[in-house]
Amino acid sequence: MLKDITIGQYFPGKSPVHRLDARLKILLTIAYIVMLFMADDIKGLGVCICFTFMIYIISRIPLKMMWKSVKPILVIIIITALLNLFFVHTGTPYFEWKFIKITDKGVQTAVFMVVRILCLITGTSLLTYTTSPIDLTDAIERLLSPLKKIKVPVHEFAMMMTIALRFIPTLIEETDKIMCAQKARGADMETGSIFKKAKALIPVLIPLFVSSFRHADELALAMECRCYHGGDGRTKMKQLKLKLLDLWGTLFLIVFFAGVIVINKLG
Amino acid sequence: MSYIHIRGLEFSYINELEEPPVKNTVLKGIDLDIEKGEFVAVLGHNGSGKSTLAKCINAINLPEKGEVTVDGLDTIKEENLLPIRKRVGMVFQNPDNQIVATIVEEDVAFALENLGVEPKEIRRRVDEALKTVGMYDYRLHAPHKLSGGQKQRVAIAGIIAMEPDCIVLDEPTAMLDPKGRSEVMKTIKMLNREKGVTIVLITHYMEEAAQADRVVVIDGGEKIMDSVPKKVFSQVDVMRNLGLDVPQVTEIADFLQKQGYDISSEIITEDECVQALYRLLTGRDK
Repeated sequence: MLKDITIGQYFPGKSPVHRLDARLKILLTIAYIVMLFMADDIKGLGVCICFTFMIYIISRIPLKMMWKSVKPILVIIIITALLNLFFVHTGTPYFEWKFIKITDKGVQTAVFMVVRILCLITGTSLLTYTTSPIDLTDAIERLLSPLKKIKVPVHEFAMMMTIALRFIPTLIEETDKIMCAQKARGADMETGSIFKKAKALIPVLIPLFVSSFRHADELALAMECRCYHGGDGRTKMKQLKLKLLDLWGTLFLIVFFAGVIVINKLG
Repeated sequence: MSYIHIRGLEFSYINELEEPPVKNTVLKGIDLDIEKGEFVAVLGHNGSGKSTLAKCINAINLPEKGEVTVDGLDTIKEENLLPIRKRVGMVFQNPDNQIVATIVEEDVAFALENLGVEPKEIRRRVDEALKTVGMYDYRLHAPHKLSGGQKQRVAIAGIIAMEPDCIVLDEPTAMLDPKGRSEVMKTIKMLNREKGVTIVLITHYMEEAAQADRVVVIDGGEKIMDSVPKKVFSQVDVMRNLGLDVPQVTEIADFLQKQGYDISSEIITEDECVQALYRLLTGRDK
């Protein structure tokens, strides 16, 4: 059962969105966020909604994933809506009772803010839905590589990320084995209060901890044997090259971006 | 001077946790010469110092006394570190702890990326290495989904992509099932015969050692025997005293010889054993 855990929330696929250069995808995501905040009325946001839906359809990510990405921050969205509803007092009032005053402007702002947050979350989640963690790490390393000049250990961070991702399945498998071994010795992990269960995990965590040190030690040795000596003078087998597809992706976003700006000017 | 040249090698681990620190001498003056293209098996029971010796060859362990040179490069010199590791690759027991990347081909490319090889050249060598070990079809797989033998072959591919002159394998089959073991052994032999790669195989499987050109037996940090497999294994009693086995067929031959039958004790393969038994029973050659 433990083996089924997926790393991150990547949905493997071959859609154009999946095939975009990961570096470009990160930059486009940032541009998308800027676009969302540039749209200053509901019409501009309409363009953004349109864009988000189209990307979801192109990438063939099931639309229910939108809901999944929103669910964890539902509370924040509701609070935002309520705050805007009750505390924006400009415009014509719809309803007034003691200190509560709901105006048309308030309703508008509430809807506007909620839609903006929804777009923000669903849109940016697409980055992790369509990019494998490894590509993402690689892209971040390359995008941040100028920081190496000011002695930020970008390569080391990326290497740590890669190794962590690599060892997740190994450690999960090991946890499974240790749990079985403890159960075979009569350990009870399923019953009892939450404290009892947490306590029952200690005999699993300690061997796991010890063995991860052993893994680390041997891995370091194997890496040394394969001439690893930090990021200096390192090359990469996979050269990320911008393709025609990436140009189309960028153009696609630019069109919508322009749309938002035009609507802003007209409205 | 031979390709790998070891003279009077001494090495000890120091346990600093004890008070006062305990010095544990593992290698006590080893002399060993390995020529280019040889297939040498190193035998010894647990704690005999065979793994320590292996790590001395590619400058992971540095000699305390004596010297180790590879292709004329002294391991004690800092500037020789990368050139030596490029020439001598090392494969360890647990394949899981040698694989760095999450995709097979990325892992094979790791050493080449470290050495700063041109991307196009990396691609070519990675493909070639994967084809050599027969894992090319799995190049885009995740390593954790492969079997033990397959993982170990990926680890070997990661080493041969560097195009080393020599590969030191530290019990590469100890954690594998019989099928994985034979896959790995086949790959090792092929590398030696066809690509001319020098192989130093550390093992405690006698059947594997019997396939080598030469067997070195180590006990208590000293070299006890160094000869062709036939000569080493025919000394059944010496081997037993060292806590080592001999191949099953050698054991049969030795037993029969002691019972007074006319059979050679220099039998190490099943074929030879069949031949000898046939001759013994029928008086004719098969």
